Amino acid sequence: MSDRMQKEIKICGFGGQGIILAGVILGEAAVKAGYWAVQTQSYGPEARGGAARSEVIIASEPIDFPRVTVADVTVALSQPAYDRYVKDAATTDGVVVIERDLVEAPGSLAQPFVKTAESVGNKIVTNIVMLGYLNGYLDLITPELLEAAVLANVPAGTEDLNRQAVRAGRQLFTGGEGEQ
Amino acid sequence: MGDEFDYQRVMDILGSREQFTQGDVACAYGALLGGCTFFAGYPITPATEIAESLARLMPRIGGVCAQMEDEIASISAVIGAAWTGRRAMTATSGPGFSLMQENIGYACMTETPCVIIDVQRSGPSTGQPTEPAQGDMMQARWGTHGDHALIALAPASVQECVDLTRLAFDLAEQYRTPVLVMTDGEVGHMREKIALPTAEQVTLRERRRPTMPSDQFVPFRAVQGRVPEMADFGTGYHTYVTGLTHDERGLPATDDAAVHTQLVARLCGKIEDAVAELTRVEIDNDEGATVGLVSYGISSRSAAGAVKLLRLQGVPVSHLRLVTVLPFPEQAVREFAAPLERIVVPELNLGQICHTVREAVEGTAVVEKVARIGGEIIQPAAIVRAVQEGGQPVRSG
Repeated sequence: MSDRMQKEIKICGFGGQGIILAGVILGEAAVKAGYWAVQTQSYGPEARGGAARSEVIIASEPIDFPRVTVADVTVALSQPAYDRYVKDAATTDGVVVIERDLVEAPGSLAQPFVKTAESVGNKIVTNIVMLGYLNGYLDLITPELLEAAVLANVPAGTEDLNRQAVRAGRQLFTGGEGEQ
Repeated sequence: MGDEFDYQRVMDILGSREQFTQGDVACAYGALLGGCTFFAGYPITPATEIAESLARLMPRIGGVCAQMEDEIASISAVIGAAWTGRRAMTATSGPGFSLMQENIGYACMTETPCVIIDVQRSGPSTGQPTEPAQGDMMQARWGTHGDHALIALAPASVQECVDLTRLAFDLAEQYRTPVLVMTDGEVGHMREKIALPTAEQVTLRERRRPTMPSDQFVPFRAVQGRVPEMADFGTGYHTYVTGLTHDERGLPATDDAAVHTQLVARLCGKIEDAVAELTRVEIDNDEGATVGLVSYGISSRSAAGAVKLLRLQGVPVSHLRLVTVLPFPEQAVREFAAPLERIVVPELNLGQICHTVREAVEGTAVVEKVARIGGEIIQPAAIVRAVQEGGQPVRSG
């Protein structure tokens, strides 16, 4: 049992931010890297707005219970999602990463994902910037594998923007390690 | 007149054998690998991705994917397609499953092979569309009226969505019956790694078709065993298909007690008496355990998590997972229960299969439940608590 590696990750925000896609890409990259992975999601009936949550478990062995029990890392990209899924949740432990301009949460790692996305061209890639950062933090999947998974899951014609976004996200991690 | 199944042709459109994908998509893959060439459905959360995938994939193998006006039309189209020799399927969730019930009975009565996937969501009525549940299990058993039997399978992983959907088509043909794949919103929307079967692993069990001269063909006479040969429409073997009580020729005989009794007994018996060969269970026995878990579908993932936690604490516990839920593997459950004092049944409903388990063990063990509704799947810790402190009582209702 002691050799078993298992990381539990929770990503939340509002519907339309690409929360679920971020989890899907992370899970897919983990599988490509040779791990077991399971991605689950929760969302309301709305296509935009409302709280959305994506959970990913990455492990060295098959995973039985597919939901996050105790999160090693939680990312919150909106205040309501933070309040609902992080602040009031019993399953939150480990590190909490937030979007600096959208969430107020003392004691969390605050990162400028939105600003960074804007600086590479469009805030629509905020989720991909976050993914680059998160992957750096997790240190399980090579940047190349993650980038390949990103490019396999984004619309044709947006590859350059997404490539820059995932790299900028990684840069945020290697460059700063986050400000309290 | 059956469709020629071409493994390579299907794999060419499914892509690589290993993928990270969703349960619903995996059901679509399983259908195509099970020889399905006809899908008719109506969109409904959380089953829509099955239709969406097949809308994309089915035309590429020359199959049909039709969006119908509702779920009644969907199951009707599926039944019609099956009689032309196709392997046919529909997929839905609770509200649509309710609408399909009458024609599921029609498929039982007319012995029409077909597959129905129910990606269960929280009900009753429109309930919680995006939330998983296992609230349709008794409806799977008794949703259509009258005495009948059918087959239901419960996938617990994305891989099993491929494997059991594929299997469902073979069982449907072999027993000439509707086969229900009772998945749920969690498994349907969950993504995991899958490995698609190799060419060697995919051998379709062909429908038994008549070979005698057509004037000697008696459509509902079982020549061998209790499942009659089935003639595709248009092949010269005339078959009158009716939901009315019919004799072996297929002709209505609605006021004949003997014909009705014999027909319904055969329809039920061909499934119920095959329970041993249809039983698929996974047993994880623990020496010295006095408590056991009986689970199925997504809740078996919670149960497996609980087993791990309990054993870490040195608490022995056994676990039986039902892969086949119907016909209910009574003998397997009874044998599993023999050394046990208590059985805990976790379900995403207020208690359904726990009653069937209680009936099967006939008082040799006390049956308790961990019943949860509302949208979140059962935490392993809740099952651990039930094992250690007692679960909720199961009362006749």
